[in-house]
Amino acid sequence: MRKIKSVSDLERSQKDILLKQKQYEIVISVCGGTGCHAYGCKKVKDQFTKGLKNIGIKKNIRLRFTGCRGFCERGPIVTIQPQGIFYQRVQEKDVPLILSETIEKGKILEHLLYEDATTKRKLTSEKEIPFYQAQHRLVMGNNGLIEPTKIEDYIGIGGYQALSKALFQMKPEQIIHEIKASGLRGRGGAGFPTGKKWEDCRNAPGEIKYIICNCDEGDPGAYMDRSLLEGNPHTVLEGMIIGAYAIGASHGYIYVRHEYPLACKNAETAITQARRAGLLGKNILGSGFDFDLEIAKGGGAFVCGESTALIASIEGRIGEPRGKQIHMVEQGLWEKPTNLNNVETWANVPLIINKGSQWFSSIGTEKSKGTKIFSLVGKVKNTGLVEVPMGITLQEIIFNIGGGQQDGRRIKAVQTGGPSGGCIPASLFDLPVDFDSLTKVGSMMGSGGMIVMDEGTCMVDVAKYFVHFLQEESCGKCLPCREGLKRMGEILDRITEGKGNEEDLSLLEELAEVVADTSLCGLGKTAPNPVLSALRYFRPEFEAHIHQKRCPAAVCTSLIQYSISESDCTGCGACAKICPTQAIKGEKKQSHLILAEICSKCGSCIDVCKANAVMVQ
Amino acid sequence: MGFEHVGKIIDKHQEKRTALITILHEIQDRYNHLPEEALRKVASRLKMDLNDIYGVATFYRSFSLVPKGKHSVTLCLGTACHVRGGPKILRELKKQLNIEPGQTTADKQFSLNVVNCLGVCAIGPVMFADGKFYGEMNSVKAKKIIEKLNKKRNEVKS
Repeated sequence: MRKIKSVSDLERSQKDILLKQKQYEIVISVCGGTGCHAYGCKKVKDQFTKGLKNIGIKKNIRLRFTGCRGFCERGPIVTIQPQGIFYQRVQEKDVPLILSETIEKGKILEHLLYEDATTKRKLTSEKEIPFYQAQHRLVMGNNGLIEPTKIEDYIGIGGYQALSKALFQMKPEQIIHEIKASGLRGRGGAGFPTGKKWEDCRNAPGEIKYIICNCDEGDPGAYMDRSLLEGNPHTVLEGMIIGAYAIGASHGYIYVRHEYPLACKNAETAITQARRAGLLGKNILGSGFDFDLEIAKGGGAFVCGESTALIASIEGRIGEPRGKQIHMVEQGLWEKPTNLNNVETWANVPLIINKGSQWFSSIGTEKSKGTKIFSLVGKVKNTGLVEVPMGITLQEIIFNIGGGQQDGRRIKAVQTGGPSGGCIPASLFDLPVDFDSLTKVGSMMGSGGMIVMDEGTCMVDVAKYFVHFLQEESCGKCLPCREGLKRMGEILDRITEGKGNEEDLSLLEELAEVVADTSLCGLGKTAPNPVLSALRYFRPEFEAHIHQKRCPAAVCTSLIQYSISESDCTGCGACAKICPTQAIKGEKKQSHLILAEICSKCGSCIDVCKANAVMVQ
Repeated sequence: MGFEHVGKIIDKHQEKRTALITILHEIQDRYNHLPEEALRKVASRLKMDLNDIYGVATFYRSFSLVPKGKHSVTLCLGTACHVRGGPKILRELKKQLNIEPGQTTADKQFSLNVVNCLGVCAIGPVMFADGKFYGEMNSVKAKKIIEKLNKKRNEVKS
């Protein structure tokens, strides 16, 4: 890409790119998101490359390796334009047939289409699939239209136009005003008004200012930031450059988790390309504005998602948070005014500048504007990334988009907000999803993890899981978090081992209150939420563990027993073969038996039993 | 073992203290762990106290002061993977490898790690072994993958 020196230059570049793209009669897009990678999309793509070379199709075809398309559970996903055909679960072996039938003859291959679970109808395009129908993919949608490693693709779809508008038609104050008027709030979880933060940072005294993009997506069960930075890095960059201009920052960082190598790589490539194209560095687009960016890698510490711990990490220190009495916007990175926003927040900025605050604020609820991307995962049929307008109900997300329960077990809760959030029971699924409603019921929207839980999920186990998670991730600086979580974990361990007693629950609640009230940073302050919300909505489950020494969901190993249903067992012997402790006895073709005293409750027998004869009680 | 490469890594980052975490990542990628001698070199070149470097190297989960195994097996225990049966897979891996998470087998072949989220939540439980993601895992599949990696090693030996 040659250097773009002015607004008209950018427009010319876009025209040239579009003209070049027009010559393609067919565009084959293979999803290259991490989920599809696990299902072998690289091989599918390579097979297409090979196939297109070998068969010598006359048509002008472009093969595109895109970012995450969201419907990860159905991967690898392949779409074909202009017809808009959506093929799912595509394997290497399907490629020759796609080329000979669909590409050459225009015939649709039924067996690769998505089948609607209720109507059993085969659906040809993305638009018809219920998973996509209820979504509003403003931010994520472009992932399917571009190749993340090609700046030309981004410019082709109108990329960097918002930057050009901001630099040449707007004053920094006007941009801040626009962001404030849009009602955009931080997508990282806290929901702080973005425009207000920018304004405070702009007004803070000091010559040198920094901006940071937080991609330390540590919330377990959430991966939308990863997919955005991997799939459309230039939009994040564009948002950041606009922000830097509005705030008056000359340097920025993208802080990426070490666990996200592809996000690091694609962001790095995007930065290099933007620099070459004159969109980063000195005199951006000939406006006289200078700004540059670099990547800072994390080291696998959850606490570094906390703003002050994150800057400590960028400075090369251990990621310990500090008190919030000193505001980041006044004294952040190297004591300079610093503005930190999450990946998704930055990605919303070009949209607002392009389409205006009025348009943006028409989407969503009164206090939560725009869309939000959620990672819909766990015990739900359609898993993946979904982008919906704020204010949509949990019911709509989990049942209309998610398709409801996964394997016949009733859905009983959804966990939102990661380790800082809580479990919301199914009785509250008519709640609108926005920043304030979820907080009211003891959870929070958080960065967007939505983990669905069914009758096979033990809520005591989930509470224990989060406490242990946070105990491990606590940096250890302040006592309530370090010690309090340890003690809470011990109580929960006792309960799940069947050693809990009457006073444990009140002690747990008391400890939770102290940890929340006296911890230094957000990690500790919100740490008791998963426990408190579980106690609030699922207390009978805790009581069953304590009083009846029973785990209703049959999860806690100390309280369960495995057995084989005599009537269902076919006597195939697969369980006896896999059992590591030789606890399963039985003759071939005869019903088998588990010897409880030897059984280690590893669950291998369930995994191999084809007749679903293994029972857990 | 000479540590000439450590100097090159530090040069590349212009002796910047702020690049410490990146420097440590690059040293670990090269030497499979953070050797003491390399950390001493970093301390002297960056004019930092070795204690502070030790602090960083032990605070962040990605770093290891002892050599990692030839094969790296990482199991995700994020919430989505947890509710879909991640702990069962961990039990199987511990049994197969006879080590705890964070440890390396005596023959230096396998390292077992547990992470809090790999960000591939939709297809959980997820395992990451030798650079490849495996989705929708269960204990039987985990056993097979370990056996496959083990077989590879035996083939190389013979």
